Order: sequence, then C-alpha cells, then structure tokens
Amino acid sequence: MPNEPNITPAQVSEHGLSTDEYNTILNVMGREPNLTELGIFSVMWSEHCSYKSSKHWLKTLPTEAPWVICGPGENAGVVDIGDGKAAIFKMESHNHPSFIEPYQGAATGVGGILRDVFTMGARPIANMNALRFGAPEDPRTRHLVAGVVAGVGGYGNCVGVPTVGGEVNFDAAYNGNILVNAMTVGLADADRIFYSAAAGIGNPVVYVGSKTGRDGIHGATMASAEFDDATEEKRPTVQVGDPFTEKLLIEACLELMATDAIVAIQDMGAAGLTCSSVEMADKGGVGIDLDIDKVPQREAGMTPYEVMLSESQERMLMVLRPGAEAAAKAIFDKWQLDFAVVGRVTDTGRFIGRVNGVEVFDIPVRPLVDQSPEYQRPWVKTPAPMPLAPVTAPMAHMEALQALLGGPDLSSRRWVWEQYDNSVMANTVRKPGGDAAIVRIHGSNRGLAIATDCTPRYCLADPHQGGAQAVAEVWRNLTAVGARPLAITDCLNFGNPERPETMGQFVGCIQGMGEACRSLDFPVVSGNVSLYNETHGQAILPTPAIGGIGVLDDLERYADLALRRSDDHLLLIGESRGHLGQTIYLRQLLQRRDGPPPPVDLATERRTGDFVRSLIADGTVDTCHDLSDGGLLVAGAEMAMAGNIGLDLEGPDDPAFWFGEDQARYLLAVPGSIAASVLQQAEKSRVPARTVGRTGGQALTLNAGAPISLRELRRSHEAWLPDYMQNA
Amino acid sequence: MKASVIVFPGSNCDRDIQIALANSIGGPVDMVWHGETEMAKTDLIVLPGGFSFGDYLRCGAMSARSPVMREVVSRAGQGVAVLGICNGFQILLEAGLLPGALLLNAGRNFVCREVNIRVENSQTPFTNRYEQGQVLRIPVAHHDGQYFADADTLAELRARDRIAFRYCGIDGNGDAGGPDYSPANPNGSIDDIAGIFNDRKTVLGLMPHPERAADPVHGGTDGRGLLDSLVSALS
Repeated sequence: MPNEPNITPAQVSEHGLSTDEYNTILNVMGREPNLTELGIFSVMWSEHCSYKSSKHWLKTLPTEAPWVICGPGENAGVVDIGDGKAAIFKMESHNHPSFIEPYQGAATGVGGILRDVFTMGARPIANMNALRFGAPEDPRTRHLVAGVVAGVGGYGNCVGVPTVGGEVNFDAAYNGNILVNAMTVGLADADRIFYSAAAGIGNPVVYVGSKTGRDGIHGATMASAEFDDATEEKRPTVQVGDPFTEKLLIEACLELMATDAIVAIQDMGAAGLTCSSVEMADKGGVGIDLDIDKVPQREAGMTPYEVMLSESQERMLMVLRPGAEAAAKAIFDKWQLDFAVVGRVTDTGRFIGRVNGVEVFDIPVRPLVDQSPEYQRPWVKTPAPMPLAPVTAPMAHMEALQALLGGPDLSSRRWVWEQYDNSVMANTVRKPGGDAAIVRIHGSNRGLAIATDCTPRYCLADPHQGGAQAVAEVWRNLTAVGARPLAITDCLNFGNPERPETMGQFVGCIQGMGEACRSLDFPVVSGNVSLYNETHGQAILPTPAIGGIGVLDDLERYADLALRRSDDHLLLIGESRGHLGQTIYLRQLLQRRDGPPPPVDLATERRTGDFVRSLIADGTVDTCHDLSDGGLLVAGAEMAMAGNIGLDLEGPDDPAFWFGEDQARYLLAVPGSIAASVLQQAEKSRVPARTVGRTGGQALTLNAGAPISLRELRRSHEAWLPDYMQNA
Repeated sequence: MKASVIVFPGSNCDRDIQIALANSIGGPVDMVWHGETEMAKTDLIVLPGGFSFGDYLRCGAMSARSPVMREVVSRAGQGVAVLGICNGFQILLEAGLLPGALLLNAGRNFVCREVNIRVENSQTPFTNRYEQGQVLRIPVAHHDGQYFADADTLAELRARDRIAFRYCGIDGNGDAGGPDYSPANPNGSIDDIAGIFNDRKTVLGLMPHPERAADPVHGGTDGRGLLDSLVSALS
C-alpha cells in the first residue's frame, strides 16, 4: 500500500462520519484506513446507502405474499403477474440533486430507476413520477418545475419508455427541498430474473456502459445532509445523464441476458463502482479484486479515490461465466459501449483495488456491510391534532368548485404530462389524467395498472393515518380502474432524522403504512428512503410516496373516469360523514390547516374496494372515479370534464358533503336500467351507496341552481398551470 | 409484400411499427441494422421514430449518414416506397429525400398529444384507404416537429399535391378538439403541414405516429389505414 498521510479528524468529518463510526472503521480495518478506504467507508455508511436511521423501522413492513418473487434487498421488487410473466418495479428519490440542478437531477433520477429495473432482466415498460415543489409564489418554483419536467421528459422520452402518470403538488414546506420521486415498471419472464450475488471464484468482473468521469463524487454523502447557504456549491456533485447511452445499454443488456453469459449483474447507482462491487461480493459471500486502471475513464489522471466514488451514469457491473467474455464483448461493441474486464471474483472475502498491480485499498467485505451503523434514533410521537373548529362556507359551492379546479392544487397537470411521451411502445391503454395508468402486458390482452399517491398534509397532521391513507389511496386508485392490487414500492421522504419530532413522523408513517399493507394484502417489495430534506431547520412535509401496481385480467373490462353516456345515474359508493379536517377546501379557500385528517378504516376500505372491483370485472361498471382531494363535487366535475358530458347533482346543502374527503369512496356512472340493481348489490355487500346525480347536457348543475358550462369549467381547470409557467 | 424497418442506435419506435405493419401485412417484417451496407429485396423501407444517435448534432443528421442510408437513398431512387415517421421524417430531410426542415416546436417544449390531421391527397400508395379530406386522430410525440420550407418549396409542394396531411380542427373548431382547447397545430408547422411526399409519392415523411393508433387498445385505429394502404398498393 503506498504511503499516505494520516487521516485527520477534519477529513473524517468532511466524509460525514462521526467519531464513533470512525472508531468502528479502525476496528474493522485493524489499522488506519487510507483516504480511498475512508471514502469507500463513507459512502457505504452514508444514510443514503446504509439506511442507518431507517433500517430498524423498515424491517417492520410486510414484504411477503404468495405472488411476491423478490422483496426488498435487490435492485427492485419482483411480482408474479401470471402467464409466466413478472413485473419488476421500484420508486426512488432524486431530491437533493434536482434542487441544485433540476434538469440533470431529474433526468438522472429517471435513468437510475430505469437501471434498477432492467438490471434484473426486465424491459422497462412504464415510468411514473411524484413531484413536489415549493409554493407557487416562491421565486424558485417556476424554474424548478420547468427544469424537472424537462429533465424527466428529456430522459424518459429518449430511452423510449412511456411516462404514463404521476402527481405534482405545491406547498411552501418544499420551498428549500423539492421532491423528485421516479418509478419504473418493467416486464420480464418470471423464470428469467437476474440477481446481484457474485459467484464463481475466478469469474471475470466486467464493467460496461459509459466511461467513468469525475461527476457525482460524494453524491450519496450530499444526499445524506441538510442544505444550507452553501448548497449551490454542491453542483459538481450532481451527475450528468445521457439517455442515448442508457437506451443502448438497455438493448445491449437485454441482448446479453437472452444468452447464459451472466452470473450476476448490478447497476452502478449511488456510490458507483464501490457500492455495486461491495453489494455483489457481500450477497455472494465472496471477495472481489478490481484493477482500477482497467476501468474505462473519461479523463486522465483520475485517482483511485475518484474512480471508486464517481457516480457517472449509465454504467453496469457484471460477473460473467468464464469464457463468455468474447461473445459478451461483441454485443457491447455492436452497441458502441465500453466493455472491460476489470477484476475477478475471489475467495478472500476482501474487496481489494489495485492500480498497475499496486494495492490501493483492501477492506473486508462482510464487516463493511454488516458493521455499518444502525441507529435507533430517538423519536417522539406526533401529538394528536386538535379537533376541527367550526367551518362556515366562504362562498357558494359552485363558486368554491371553480376556485378549487382552477387553483394550484387541483388544476389540470396537462402542461406537465404533455411533455412526456406517454404512448411510445404502443401499449398504453389509459394515459395520464385518470386514477391509474394502464399499460398492456406486451403480446397479451391483459394489463398492468400503475398508480402513485401520498397526501403529505394528512401525514403532517397525523403520520399514522397519513401513512395508512397513502397506501389505501393507491390501492383505491388501482381498484377504480378495475385492477387487482398486487404490491407497492415506497419512497420515504422526510426531514432530519436526528430530530426526534421528524423521526416520530417517520415512525408514525411506517406504522400506518404497515397496517394498511397488512389489511389490504398489499406488501412492500422495494423502496428507498430520503432523509435530511431540510433547509435551515425547515423540514418538508412528511411524504411517504407510494407507487403500486395491479393486474387487469381482461383489457375489455376496465373502468375510466370519463363519463360515457347521457342519462347515466351517478352513484356514490362508501360512507360520507362529511370530514373537512385537512381538506383542500379548508386549505385553499379558508387558509386553514386544522383538524385531524380523514380516518382510514381499512376493513371498510377493503370491503368497498372489493365491491367496486367486482362490478368492473363482471362488466356491470365501466365508469368509475375514486374520491380524494377536493371530495365529491371535484370528482364529479372531473368525470364530466373528461367525458365532455354534463352532470345534474343533488344532495344536502352542506360543504362537508360536497367537499369532505372521507376515505373509501367511489363515484360510479351506470345506465338507469341497472342503477337499482347496483344499489341493491351494494346493500347486500354492506356498502353504503346512494344516487347523487344524473349525466347529460353540457353543464354542471347542483341542486337545480345556476349551471356552469363544462367549457367554462375546463377553461379554468386547464389554464392555471400553463398561465403560471408562462409568467416565468 | 415485404417490408423492412431500419434500426438506428436510439430508435425507439422500431418494434411498434414492426408489430403494426406485421398485423396489416399478416406476415413478418424485417429489421435491418443501420450498419448494414446491403439490404434484401423489399417493397417498403421504414425509418422509425425515436432519438437516433440521441438527437445529437441535429435530429436525424447522424443517422442520415449511417451506412445503410446509401442503400435506402438508392432504393428510393428506384421507386421503392419509403416511410419516415417522426425521427424517420427528420432523417429523410437530412438525407435529402424530402425538402424542408423540422425545427424546434414553436412552444419550445416536447409535445405528446392526440391531434387531428386531414388527408390532403388520398391518391397515393400511403393513403389510398382514406377518403380525400378525411380527418384522422393520431398522437404526436416530438420536440422538433415544426415543419418549415421556403416559399418556392411550399409553392411546389402545394402545386404538386405533395402535402400529405395537415393538422386541423374538427367540427368547425379551430382547436385540436381536446379538452384543453389547445391549437390544432401542435408545433407551429408552416401551413399546418404534418407530412409531405416526394414528387412521385413514393416517399412519405410525417410527424404523427400511425403505429400508435393502429389497435383498438390504443383508443383509436385511424393510423391503421396508412399501413393498410401500403399493403393494398404494394402487395
């Protein structure tokens, strides 16, 4: 090992390591590490890679079901979807980089999650995203929205994977920390899944893809700290993406995966070559020797430290069967991608790097992984919210409806999703704008439904209810199109876990999520945690974004929210108690954020959802929308606008009825001839149901009051976001 | 009928058009790698959509210089039908098989939406299954789709019935008929041009994606007529 100066306490702290953590490193090594070794420990033990604050709680989430092929721990979750096919999916955050450099941050977020999915043998078939920005009034918001949306689109469009849906929220709590959560769903043969455990002593370790440059060094460490005034200086830690190379990499990897050359494969994501090598070695219980000088490099003079910590994009690491190198190289040559044998699998259990034969680091693999810190961070339970103070309607209901539909929370997101190619691959059945997107399972008449959701204001008021609600709403979104919900991925975005209040939000959300997952048979199969989303002590709203998938057995039978016929009866399914606490109505029209969020009754949720799904599956119902933000009147208006058919609504003259956000509710539109029978079936299933309106005409009318034309409603609904962005 | 789809690095609608064409033809469709210098006998060559060579330099510019393009240009000269969709249209312009240019969208953003296009010449191998003036609803998805040509070229295109499709409103509306009342012309193309022919009507380039409106599952099948027209004309 070359002589190097001693590690100073300042270096330890610059690497985000505590004194205790450094002492553990000294123990593991039995000597002082050199700088490269310190760097390797620091990224492996960063919050981002080690989950040191969250691990304890993540273990409490249910991860199993008969249809789960692979749960958390691999690059992505794998679920059996029948007919010998598997869906592989995951959601991941790219929050910190996207705030610093929105276009590249968002683009590489998409690139990273795509790699997690095709690494496992799947062709990516759909992207989704969940974006959260600061208040519209914040001077940075427009620039961030424009950059993130262009980045998401720029990457996904170029690789040719449709972006089929997502969500966009605004709240002042995200002013200093936006959230960019990207999800990819892929399709694979259930018996052709690729894993990351290295095996076969002496087998070649192969590097493919782009060359390694100096970009993204310390990205994982940056993503594990709060922001301050020096945040701008962190721009060099943001990686630069090249979706063209990613597209070539997908095709080359899938071509190679059709042969029997690959023993193990892992993408290089956070902490790059370090994390991928260590994870592959650890999972296989083997060692890995790397010849760092063999790593394809974009620039001359890179140190081993830089090569090992670079987060350059579009790179993969593989262990090949002996003798498969030439055939594999031919494939990567065809796609004009770098291919280099950079090391061997060993039986030493050590992770050793050499430059021109000279050892530059030597770390035992097991303790590098096993002895990573795990913290039981102190936490305090979030106090129960005060009861809701009385609410007086500030304006007529129809006026309120118009204000909500034309406001930042509920206005149309068309400006966003028209920048995403949603129909490439020619399998998109339901495009953005519905409750869940639907893509056809290639070559079949079956479909996958995909939804993402989370209501952070509920999570802030009551983390437990909010966590449960996020899971329940995704389940409901999938149900509303008729799909059988299968599993979720989670992307847990929170503030600084070293604050007991923030940790309390995290714990509460996890507990609520776990409860909902168990009650709904909806396990977590993959996920990601993003902590330290905080600037100057101002944390984001607790945001456990949930992405879920479900299966549709027959694409002839799914439901859509757009009204299809005149003279349909509009049926409200589920119980309406008129819950106004934490609603959009309260927040936007009364500037109030008080009261508890709507309670989630999981048994009711399940009973109601199963009832609705059975009606769609047997062909009785083809028009359905779940009730969420904004409640009944907003949902009805969305159905009318989407179908360009009007609605006459009738019900109590109470804002809580029209704008309450009670859970486990759906609106169905059915022909008059079967409305009575549907209501009877509901009664038999112990599901409350009532008629609240009739379809027809070109306007929305409430209790025979003055109508609003759909044209007028749509104009205000469609205008807000483009108008806002045009003033950039 | 025999059809061949050229695959460039970064093509991403190659499989989509292959499947849609195979459905119309009722038989297999050849895929030809861009690096090939020879091509088997074929009745139709398709340059698919996507981001060939990552749109680097200029959309379609590098692909137009791929080895296989020499062969494509030569076959086009012999009268073999050539269809370029989206990025394929851009490549046809860069290869000189069609006149004009495709600029950044007037709205400056990528745009993916369903648009209406009117069939302006139904007497061609690409459009014989449509009525003259028929309005089709087909998606576009592009960043650089604003067609531009100088006045002389435009006059020539009009005079020789070389404008294949124009973006249009429906039911007398000037908008695209979508719920947001967005303009009929999604990208600012001159004279609302969505696609053009060569003088012999054997080469067509268009921005909309017929292969994404070719199956009931897409929510519409208006694009299938274009592929069926080719089968009628070339079989």
